[in-house]
Amino acid sequence: MPYAGTDFYNLDAALSAEQRQARDTVRAFVDDRVLPVIEDAWLEGRFPSELVPLLGTLGVFGANLPEEYGCAGMDNVAYGLIMQELERGDSGLRSFASVQGALVMYPIFAFGSEEQRKRWLPALAKGEKIGCFGLTEPDFGSNPAGMLTRARRHGDGWLLSGSKMWITNGSRADVAVVWAKVDDGDADSIRGFLVERGWPGFSARDQKGKHSLRASDTSELAFSDVELPAQSVLPKSGGLKSPLMCLTQARYGIAWGAIGAAMACFEQALEYSKTRVMFDVPIGAKQIQQEHLAEMLTEITKAQLLAYQLGRLKDAGTMKPAQVSLAKRNNVDMACNVARAARRMLGANGILAEYVPMRHMANLESVYTYEGTHDVHALILGQALTGMSAF
Amino acid sequence: MKIVVTVKLVPDPNAEKKIDAGSKRLVRTGIETVLNPYDEYAIEGALKIKESLGGDTTVTIFSMAPAASKEVLRKALAMGADDAVLLTDPALEGSDVRGTAYAMAQGIKQTGFDLVICGGLADDGSTGGVPGALAEYLGVPGFTNCRQVEVAGGTLKVQRETDSGYQVVSGPLPALVSVTMAIGEPRYASLKGIMGAKKKSIATLALAALSVDGAVGGDGAKTEVRAVAAPPVREKARVVEAPDGAAGARAIFDLLKEKKLV
Repeated sequence: MPYAGTDFYNLDAALSAEQRQARDTVRAFVDDRVLPVIEDAWLEGRFPSELVPLLGTLGVFGANLPEEYGCAGMDNVAYGLIMQELERGDSGLRSFASVQGALVMYPIFAFGSEEQRKRWLPALAKGEKIGCFGLTEPDFGSNPAGMLTRARRHGDGWLLSGSKMWITNGSRADVAVVWAKVDDGDADSIRGFLVERGWPGFSARDQKGKHSLRASDTSELAFSDVELPAQSVLPKSGGLKSPLMCLTQARYGIAWGAIGAAMACFEQALEYSKTRVMFDVPIGAKQIQQEHLAEMLTEITKAQLLAYQLGRLKDAGTMKPAQVSLAKRNNVDMACNVARAARRMLGANGILAEYVPMRHMANLESVYTYEGTHDVHALILGQALTGMSAF
Repeated sequence: MKIVVTVKLVPDPNAEKKIDAGSKRLVRTGIETVLNPYDEYAIEGALKIKESLGGDTTVTIFSMAPAASKEVLRKALAMGADDAVLLTDPALEGSDVRGTAYAMAQGIKQTGFDLVICGGLADDGSTGGVPGALAEYLGVPGFTNCRQVEVAGGTLKVQRETDSGYQVVSGPLPALVSVTMAIGEPRYASLKGIMGAKKKSIATLALAALSVDGAVGGDGAKTEVRAVAAPPVREKARVVEAPDGAAGARAIFDLLKEKKLV
């Protein structure tokens, strides 16, 4: 029986036909292609790259970017629902799509030249080319303004030096969107550069030993005086604001994606509560378990309404970054709690890979920290409320 | 070449269903309407032929359904069909297999076709009778239960599934085929396809536009549902004990053979 989704408040009725169809097509894809392979891929610590061309054919990458660049041109609610369904499969898969679409295709679309857009966007949309986003550095995570990576003018172009860390897709990327300070300037000098695989001085290696996002590649990027041609800069990028605009796009998708992980955990716990018999009755007949289930459903439903209204604001062009912060912060924290509660409801079985909660729970710990930690988003909200920075 | 795929809109196969005791018809209230899953295989078969022939081959979706069904037809368009025709008229309500096939034949003749592709049966009524009757009313050869369909040089070549294997059958166009699930898994509607479907045409046809000289709808039905009953309760499972694996395999084989499943 196909997955019907958690929809206690009939949000489905508020969706357009295209939004429902987009969700349903990705939902079916996740059921058919992702769920059968993800458990093994996660245990093996392997990104299921065989899914990338199929996701490209579906049109998942950059689905909310315009058709003229080979994208689907969907609205942002549909895009969010796509992220939700991908993360119902695994946060690693959604992370891949977020990076490809929101952190690579979006900056090329928003800050790139027409030539850069035409060269990269259709190939990235199809999954023929893979991208990564290099902002975070070993010593500069929450404080990207302090970055050490430099692009110094060199002839017509630049010489790039520095390193980046915690870069999803880094080792398999054909193109890296790398953020660097120009000529030792301050944060206002930060610009984005398209750095291609194989350019002398550019290397990437995977970070191993992860207990989280195991079905995703996380890499270090190193730049040792990489000669960048003049046309490698994203001409409309300028200042820290540019990469932060990309992060707003990605965080928007995460706010939706976390709901998918929570739904997967909740539904498995619900099903388990109806079939697992203890003290002669299903554990779902016990008040304490019912309270857990009611709590999970309540929090998922609230998160869904939050994400939906955020999507409407984004489609109306009035969404503010602080609103994205609130949704990312709330929904990822919610998903962490739901995954943990579901894991516990499954008892000892909950630690096994054949059940989803512990995988999601472990993944979500990364999601809690990346793209603005839970605490950093509290500071963004605090600043929006008081006008005073507490960073 | 013009391929017409017939699709039926059925209540969600996964929904719990009830039969209204008075009308002896399915209660559709509160149940989502979806594309008949078997018809998705027909669409897949048509799209494969279109891809193999290229050129100006088109795939038209044809459905006889209430006027409010356009949204469901968009899914067929999102899979890659070119356009759709919706035959809709209150007078068609209650049509039986014959009336349905007759009315659809008139609509499909007006739409024009070289090849009509149908799903094997509908998930709701499950008669499997429409494709054969439709071929008859269209006056073209009908090839049922096809697992493979090829068109080359204006000739149709199909593999028909039988109880013991398959037959290879050829025939001229125009023609009608019904397909089985072996034709290939229906493709996902791509996100671009979903957006593109909004711009594709869904023409509507009413009975007045067709030359219908036979009675259709409930009044014209030649069949009547006399009674509706739940299927008999399944017998208790039979447990066959075998001394070893080989004997167990033999027992399973004999049982399957007895049931004519192998």
